[in-house]
Amino acid sequence: MFNGLGKILKVLSSGSKAYKLWVAVLFVLIAIGTALLIKQFDEGLIATNMRDQVSWGWYIANFTFLVGVAAAAVVLVVPGYLYHYEPIKEIVILGEIMAVSAVVMCLVFVTIDMGSPERFWHLIPLIGIFNFPQSILAWDVLVLNAYLVLNLSIVSYTLYKLYKGEHYSKKIMMPLIILSIPAAINIHTVTAFIYAGIPARPFWNIDVLAPRFIASAFCSGPAFMLIIFQIIRKTTPFKIKDEALFKIGEIMMYAMILNLFFLFSETFTATYLPSNKNASHEYLWHGLNGYNQLVPWIWSALVLNLAAFLLLLIPKTRKKLTTLNLACVLLFVGIYIEKGLGLVVPGYIPSALGEIYEYFPNTLEIGISIGVWAFGLLVFTLLSKIAIAVISGELRCECSLEAKCSDNA
Amino acid sequence: MAQFNWYQRILFSVMLCVAAAAVVFVSSGDILAAEGMAQEENILDRPLEEIVGQLAPQNQLTLFPCSDCHNDLPPNPKKRELGEPHNELPGIFKHDAKNRWCLDCHDMRNRDKLRLLNGALVDFKEYYRLCEQCHGRIYREWKVGVHNKITGHWKGEKQYWHCAKCHNPHDPVFKPQKPAPPPRKPTEIYIKTKK
Amino acid sequence: MSENKNTEHRAQKTDITRRKFLAGLAACASALSLPLNADASMLEEYFRQHFKRLDKDELNTILKNLEKEFSQKYEKAVTVKATPAMEDVLFGYTLDVSRCIGCRKCVYACIKENNQSRNPQIHWIKDLEFKRDEKWFHFKDSEPYYDPPEVPQKGRFYLPVQCQQCKNPPCVKVCPVKATWQEPDGIVVVDYNWCIGCRYCMAACPYEARRFNWGKPDIPKEELNPNMHYLGNRPRPKGVVEKCTWCIQRTREGRYPACIEICPTGARKFGNLLDPESDVRQVLDNFRVFRLKEDLGTNPKFFYFFSLGTHIKAK
Repeated sequence: MFNGLGKILKVLSSGSKAYKLWVAVLFVLIAIGTALLIKQFDEGLIATNMRDQVSWGWYIANFTFLVGVAAAAVVLVVPGYLYHYEPIKEIVILGEIMAVSAVVMCLVFVTIDMGSPERFWHLIPLIGIFNFPQSILAWDVLVLNAYLVLNLSIVSYTLYKLYKGEHYSKKIMMPLIILSIPAAINIHTVTAFIYAGIPARPFWNIDVLAPRFIASAFCSGPAFMLIIFQIIRKTTPFKIKDEALFKIGEIMMYAMILNLFFLFSETFTATYLPSNKNASHEYLWHGLNGYNQLVPWIWSALVLNLAAFLLLLIPKTRKKLTTLNLACVLLFVGIYIEKGLGLVVPGYIPSALGEIYEYFPNTLEIGISIGVWAFGLLVFTLLSKIAIAVISGELRCECSLEAKCSDNA
Repeated sequence: MAQFNWYQRILFSVMLCVAAAAVVFVSSGDILAAEGMAQEENILDRPLEEIVGQLAPQNQLTLFPCSDCHNDLPPNPKKRELGEPHNELPGIFKHDAKNRWCLDCHDMRNRDKLRLLNGALVDFKEYYRLCEQCHGRIYREWKVGVHNKITGHWKGEKQYWHCAKCHNPHDPVFKPQKPAPPPRKPTEIYIKTKK
Repeated sequence: MSENKNTEHRAQKTDITRRKFLAGLAACASALSLPLNADASMLEEYFRQHFKRLDKDELNTILKNLEKEFSQKYEKAVTVKATPAMEDVLFGYTLDVSRCIGCRKCVYACIKENNQSRNPQIHWIKDLEFKRDEKWFHFKDSEPYYDPPEVPQKGRFYLPVQCQQCKNPPCVKVCPVKATWQEPDGIVVVDYNWCIGCRYCMAACPYEARRFNWGKPDIPKEELNPNMHYLGNRPRPKGVVEKCTWCIQRTREGRYPACIEICPTGARKFGNLLDPESDVRQVLDNFRVFRLKEDLGTNPKFFYFFSLGTHIKAK
């Protein structure tokens, strides 16, 4: 057991200069984020730009976006395990590690957004009070943690078996894999329901929100994965076939069609005739009473998304790595803006009593968010480093010597 | 005191009374004043007419009884500018002043009484019966407790504020006032203090 | 009968021990997240159970400790009560929009009565100014920051908004830890020691009635109202949500809320909806009333109306 841990530490501490530099940079960003977070805990959330009029901001926006990234692991699981598309099956584990890291980030973002995070025990059933099934937030806590546990078990079970040089048992693996599909849809649906269930905010209170969340998640998550996979392919012995990347690109295209269609439906119904949804949409797309801070952002998001969509739609550009990568970057940024600032903030503008407070994250919020992202990327880097070491055979159990030991463990 | 003659003394006491009445009138909106009022009377179980009688604005009747002076003066029903000590009234009187004047409410012969439209004389304590003649709807709303301020206890002793406590009978329009400061804008709710 | 009582008693006792055990577990679980210099009272506060789970003795000790703490901190004799709801009482509120002059006296009486933080500033009542001639009642055309030399202004009317004490409160349903609930007399309260500060209730409230303690609340010693209720106006900690309770510390003792007492025009009325003689029932029985955003089905117990007999002439 300790031997195994020692080996893992050895794997983690060895690597190229670029790897070491990357990890060092992440640690520095985490340190800065932590310092800012301490300031925030000390002063309270007054240190952020959130106020009573816009009571959720950048943190919850990031949380929402990252739930999408986490849910996107399904994009690999479905073709890999249900359709036995071999090139993707080989990289499913990386998708699941990404899901784990994204959920971890989600949980951190929610925690730092809380006014009294030290009271987290109030949420624990029996000791505290868990308002289930009334509160959608309680549902979200449940499904997110379940999804985290599920993905962690799939990852650790697969790696453990590989570490021991054995093949995983289908009886254990398949139910977990199949369960992870609805679980992924679940986390994003429930997260969408947090917003969609609130009639007080007409901007959020729409039927199409959950489907749109999932469609956009199946674009942004894979876009992130595609880039990461190519970095891994370049820097490690881990092999990822081009076919797999192009297949993901194709899935992204379909998801993007749906996403744009939902966006169009939503905007149409909310703006065609006067309704209680007008004001928020007007603020977002055009500016309201001279307040128009989000207008350039949302239009650039739309342009980025459309450009990415065209690059994905045309087979020639979709099946070329340079253009595919460009599409991924455009799409990732586009959806990050659209779902981050573009979803959470306009829900509060105008406020329930018609006030306009133009929220934009301040340096502290952005700094802390970068720290959280760095933390998530660190989790991803370290986990995939271990995974790749195990898969490539660098990290293997010397079973002849340790047979008894690991059996007991 | 020797250097003041008699009319100066009267003027002084009138001014003092007016000032006191003004203070009471202005501070009646104050929450603490309203609480202090709570101990004044127990009016919950009394008939409405009696409640009003109890709360008649005696403190505003600074020159009462009027007969002290008017008994010696010949009654003159002609609408005109008044002299001392009512010379301030034409400026203050803003209760349909175009059509009305003193003797529409005050009885010409018995100065210590008020006169209803039908000629009946009523006590100053029952002044509200004059209001009722024209403002019937408001009066009915007042009676059921809608058009008035009620303080004290929702369960227990209540103070029903009567007409003249908020409306000056000679100038009944509710006066505009300076609003309390607006809330701070979201960006300014916190002002960092030096420590 | 006695057997019944016995088992009941036993059940209660095991319930209490179970809770104590669980609280102990919680203590272990979360000990790591506490600062090392935490003293006993901080520990008690940290592990204090939900208001509804406190038994009589526990609650009394807490109230006494709070009285001691606040008396010391604010240098005056403080009483903290937890007066329960009266029987057969359901509170209601009415406001005559045609007589409100927008003077904001209610806003400041509320701050003083309910020990709201002065810095960061928290106002429970938001007074909106509307133009008479433009679109009627579109909230996005309202102005909460109006500051003319005199009110009422010509061509304007005023609509103060505070917690509407909904019969179907969205804020209560969405709270993930049941830190906020509706009392039998209809008042929606917050347990300031149970709220985790997630602010989901603020997103769910259609009336913008909830306020968050973004920073450490600051109340001047000399202005502290020492007559406190555990679920009402006791000083709040940083990072929790608070809201109007219709002055629970006053109304549970039969008195009127501070906003009623201060209103110079008597536009505000408060009373028991179940009592046909009450002030609010007089309004409901004699006038047509409306509620804000009725289409949302929140069923507020705060009614607005126009008596129309306005004698307030603006300059």
